[in-house]
Amino acid sequence: MTDTPTRMTYREACRQAIREALLRDPRTFVMGEDVGKYGGCYAVTKGLLEEFGATRIVDTPLAENGFVGVGIGAAMAGLRPIVEIMTCNFSLLALDQILNNAATLAHMSGGQFAVPLVIRMATGAGRQLAAQHSHSLEGWYAHIPGLKVLAPATVEDARYMLAAALADPNPVLIFEHVVLYNAEGELDAAVTAVDIEHARVRRPGKDLTLVTYGNSLPKCLGAADALARDGIEAEVIDLRVLRPLDTAAIARSVSRTRRCVIVDEGWKSGSISAEIAARLAEDAFFELDAPIRRVCGREVPIPYAAQLEEAALPQVADILTAARGLVQSQ
Amino acid sequence: MSDKTPLDRAHLHHLYRQMLRIRRFEAKCVELYQAQKIRGFLHLYDGEEAVAVGVMSALEPRDAVVATYREHGQALARGVPMGPLMAEMLGKLEGCSRGRGGSMHIFDRERRFFGGNAIVGGGLPLAAGIALADKQLRAGAITACFFGEGAVGEGAFHETMNMASLWQLPLLFVCENNLYAMGMPLQDSEAETDIFRKAQAYRMPAEQVDGMDPIAMEAAALRAAQHVRAGKGPFFLECRTYRFRAHSMFDTQAYRTRGEIEGWKQRDPIERLRALMTDEHLLTAAETAEIEAEVGAEIDAAVAFAEAGTLEPVQDLERFVLMHEVVQERRPESAT
Repeated sequence: MTDTPTRMTYREACRQAIREALLRDPRTFVMGEDVGKYGGCYAVTKGLLEEFGATRIVDTPLAENGFVGVGIGAAMAGLRPIVEIMTCNFSLLALDQILNNAATLAHMSGGQFAVPLVIRMATGAGRQLAAQHSHSLEGWYAHIPGLKVLAPATVEDARYMLAAALADPNPVLIFEHVVLYNAEGELDAAVTAVDIEHARVRRPGKDLTLVTYGNSLPKCLGAADALARDGIEAEVIDLRVLRPLDTAAIARSVSRTRRCVIVDEGWKSGSISAEIAARLAEDAFFELDAPIRRVCGREVPIPYAAQLEEAALPQVADILTAARGLVQSQ
Repeated sequence: MSDKTPLDRAHLHHLYRQMLRIRRFEAKCVELYQAQKIRGFLHLYDGEEAVAVGVMSALEPRDAVVATYREHGQALARGVPMGPLMAEMLGKLEGCSRGRGGSMHIFDRERRFFGGNAIVGGGLPLAAGIALADKQLRAGAITACFFGEGAVGEGAFHETMNMASLWQLPLLFVCENNLYAMGMPLQDSEAETDIFRKAQAYRMPAEQVDGMDPIAMEAAALRAAQHVRAGKGPFFLECRTYRFRAHSMFDTQAYRTRGEIEGWKQRDPIERLRALMTDEHLLTAAETAEIEAEVGAEIDAAVAFAEAGTLEPVQDLERFVLMHEVVQERRPESAT
């Protein structure tokens, strides 16, 4: 091993993480629609069927509620399933199993059964897939006690969050943003694991805090660069984990910068951004010098046409407007 | 298993005792419900005892069970001890789910009892997952999955039937067809009322059984379990049965007649077995009284255990929402 960083795509990082998990633990297997012969609808599992065979890479019928339930039962009986759902819109077909069983059985059985299950799914808009393939529902899932909800935004997290999720005795949902699959990044050879507890400061700053996750992270970093040219230093926090939420890290940052913009591709009403704003209002109200601002997805079903889709999503310009408005309000 | 002869005296006594335990347990539950010691929903198994007792008779300790929300009988027949079961009804810490589940959510990891599930059809995919894991980790173990005929309307039923057959899972489907999904009569909800025929569409062997006849029930379950255990894939049993009591304690039964209920009570599985054993001189009056007394004593002891139970401190409310470790499921000794 050299210490030179390895450059790869987010997709390749996801694939390597799965491959490593399959090599490391014979109880691990992948299950989902078109994960085998087709190679995964976003090509994440390409080549794994050939390497690991049909017992470890299981193509399922189109039955989200059924095969997610199979994953739950298999996890309860000793296996470590990685279930792939093509896109989070389809996960609604499995919401019964995810909420009524996966999230509930440990508590309802008085701690007799754990559900060490990982569910991966694609989330988010930006590829002109219209309203039934583009939504960001991770905030909904973050509402549910008994689940852990991850949103890797970097190649490093795509590469290492899965191992931490598999080591966790609870059901863990991983939301991979469709636009990020082709994003490239460098892996630090010195890093071989990440936690699934803490938010991370992706860029330090002192003038305001941008709180975000997923594909809004690169947008926030872009906005922070532009703000820096105006002499405004924005701190960018990548939530990484939407449940449990690392409220302390957000409050710590905001207590220093005293201004906060939350950027979330999900709809604004009843969202994870609303939750963060509420927690800051509860825990850090007197640290704030200005009202909390939110830049969220517009409240429409995500449309197909490019200009409409773009208008429906938080963009760098929107983040800049919100950030400048806050700083100038001083 | 297969050496049990249908008219073995001790074995018949066992079946009779198991059914009577369930019947008397349910009667005690009604009493405690009326005394407001049991609250919430309470679904009773009276009339359906032969199904649970017959199926459990075909299972081994290494096997798994997925049950419904009408599962006191399934739990008792599986060997879940009556004390913790009654303590669960009373919401006590000593209950088999620490008072977090209640009547509809009985769990027992030691006996591979994966819970009463109160989402109709919700347990079916779980059972297929357990069977999938067992196929790899516990060769020879099978999973018995109980569900009512109402579950047949759910997508989860069809999704699971398909995957179980496609992947040849060691799964025994046990449909408790008591003719009513809550108040919805079978003929008003299903285009095909012979439920077992639905298995044909999934290329799965299936049988319709008289669920009011414990001997027929056990014989069918043994045949089915043998098929599944031999690695020949899933098997489907449609057990024609009837619940003597209301759906739950909040049901006025406007959807069925008293005459219909009385007609089915003539086929009471417990009375039927008692009559058979009496006719065949396999059960004396003294033995009947002895069994009655023993079951009564067991119930009294269970109630005493439950009443003496403690309440989980509310500080522990959030315990087990997230687990800190996977409780390793017992790998049952292989029953050879």
